Amino acid sequence: MDFTRRETLAMGAGAALLTVLPFRANAAVDDLINEFTGGAAVGDAGVDLTAPEIAENGNTVPIDVSAEGATAIMVLAAGNPTPPVATFNFGPLAASQAASTRIRLAGTQDVIAIAKLADGSYARTSKTVKVTIGGCGG
Amino acid sequence: MISRRDFLQVSMAASALVGASGFGNWSRLAAQQSLTQDQLLEFDTFGNVSLIHVTDIHAQLKPIYFREPSINIGVGGNKGAVPHVTGADFRKLYGIDDGSPSHYALSSGDFASLAQAYGRVGGLDRVATVVNAIRADRPDALLLDGGDTWHGSYTCYQTEGQDMVNVMNALNPDAMTFHWEFTLGSDRVNELVESLPYAALGQNIFDAEWDEPAELFKPYKFFERGGTKIAVIGQAFPYMPIANPRWMFPEYSFGIRDENMQAMVDEVRGMGAELVVCLSHNGFDVDKKMASVVSGIDVILSGHTHDALPEPVLVGETIIVASGSNGKFVSRVDLDVRDGRMMGFRHKLIPIFSDVITPDADMTALIDEQRAPYKAELEEVIGKTDSLLYRRGNFNGSWDDLICDALISEREADIAMSPGVRWGPSLIPGDDITREDIWNVTSMTYGQAYRSEMTGEFIKVILEDVADNIFNPDPYYQQGGDMVRIGGMGYRIDINKPQGERISEMTLLKTGEAIDPTKTYVVAGWASVNEGTEGPMIWDVVENHIRKQGTVSLNPNNSVKVIGA
Repeated sequence: MDFTRRETLAMGAGAALLTVLPFRANAAVDDLINEFTGGAAVGDAGVDLTAPEIAENGNTVPIDVSAEGATAIMVLAAGNPTPPVATFNFGPLAASQAASTRIRLAGTQDVIAIAKLADGSYARTSKTVKVTIGGCGG
Repeated sequence: MISRRDFLQVSMAASALVGASGFGNWSRLAAQQSLTQDQLLEFDTFGNVSLIHVTDIHAQLKPIYFREPSINIGVGGNKGAVPHVTGADFRKLYGIDDGSPSHYALSSGDFASLAQAYGRVGGLDRVATVVNAIRADRPDALLLDGGDTWHGSYTCYQTEGQDMVNVMNALNPDAMTFHWEFTLGSDRVNELVESLPYAALGQNIFDAEWDEPAELFKPYKFFERGGTKIAVIGQAFPYMPIANPRWMFPEYSFGIRDENMQAMVDEVRGMGAELVVCLSHNGFDVDKKMASVVSGIDVILSGHTHDALPEPVLVGETIIVASGSNGKFVSRVDLDVRDGRMMGFRHKLIPIFSDVITPDADMTALIDEQRAPYKAELEEVIGKTDSLLYRRGNFNGSWDDLICDALISEREADIAMSPGVRWGPSLIPGDDITREDIWNVTSMTYGQAYRSEMTGEFIKVILEDVADNIFNPDPYYQQGGDMVRIGGMGYRIDINKPQGERISEMTLLKTGEAIDPTKTYVVAGWASVNEGTEGPMIWDVVENHIRKQGTVSLNPNNSVKVIGA
């Protein structure tokens, strides 16, 4: 665990944020979900999210989402300054309703996926992705 | 109808009661000073398949002392569960008598005096004798290496793992998985893996750019043994790019990837596997969780957290076998596989008492051949110790106390940090400290000892971060090391609190003053995961310090106050 002085200062400045980890989902996230669902009830079955438990690099975290028959899947990084990551829309000719991307996470937080399913209902899942300094174990 | 789980539980009870291993009996044998190789190897061959498991050898070719931890705290659902039971509690749990060989091999307490009575453990020439004896009983036994093999000694560093590859090739394993091997750098790992006459496995070793399975490492391999189709699935250490320097193997990505593990289990079952074995470097608690998430694995051979358990742990219908570290143990697991299912097992954790087990002469010669070019450097005596030097423990160990002392004095620092690794043999009071001994606890490819400035607040962030990697109640968020060892500073830790609230009462020991979050402190440490770290190598720092001391004598370290254990 070595830091150049510049990094040390920069990270020291960020430490106040880090010490209140994990970032909590904020009100904006609830608003975004409501906007997507139009306030409809959200179930917990029908959407899958794959993400690492601990990010190897918080700047580029691979995630996969899928929901059979879905017309849209919205992905949020609840603890990022700007939570919306992407909304994937699937047309009637889409062979599968799945998407992979890489996202940047500001710190340990929940990644949330909400799908609009074929029958018009909504499903939600989330996973905590930890962003750590690392380097001291083994 | 008896369920398979009942069968497995009967197997468990039988192994505990009869002690296929002879646990419990050894205490009497010891009293008679008559522990023999035959007793250590005694095993009533069972079923139709035998597995032999070695793991976390950390390049220890020769016999060593290795003290097991006295503090190994479990959290969440693993509180008070093995392997988080130590010392006298461990002996009580398994019915091991105080002062017995099993006490010495498996638990802490009276280590220095028992070490004098029972001698060193391990040595791959002794391991070879044990492996050969099992193969004499069951010629087609599978030998599986759980990784952390090509790291951890002077000769392994100088030869970039070649000494271990040469010796392991002679032992002739069937498959291997990986962790510290990757710190040789991806070019060297690729070169060595391509040279292996056996399978290099890891279903969770992926190409970082494409997030697809890495070509060089296969997820599994099939073996036909005892008329049974066996699939061995590899699981490398999941947190390699986090716990170790990512820049040394940027092409690779890891992770637990339990959904891919399930897909691989389903795939091999679909191809006719009657027995599914997972050769894992997850760490014990992660393996327990994985066994509860992934269905269809019969046996997990568990590595990484260096636990040695005299019985497997049963999770659902999966047995988990933990085989210790540093060449101290070999596990033998005999299985009865019938009609495409594992219907029972017999298990023995064989401690390698180096004075009891006759070394295999060919292997001794091969090991000495690897060491010969470095003999003078290895054997040079740097100092002597009056104290027991050991590493294992959640918060500190005397080796790291000594390393932190060396960092503070040689690098003129206020505070020292030593990584919470679990490898590194022990020395007993009165022992000489040779250069080899120092390298055994420090050798790595990123051993630079840095000197840096950190604010009190930042030091707390580091401690909180590392503490959550150990004490997060969900094993999937644990990395399997121990707490970063701190010299020059005391602190209080409440392990049950969430990240950010565990650490308090940070105190600079030399003044007794509380650490000021805004003040800057000079911190020296080693094993940084950051590229471009500068500083002298840690083994040179420690060697210089020991030379100045002559004889090392350490006071007990009470600087960490632990709450909630």
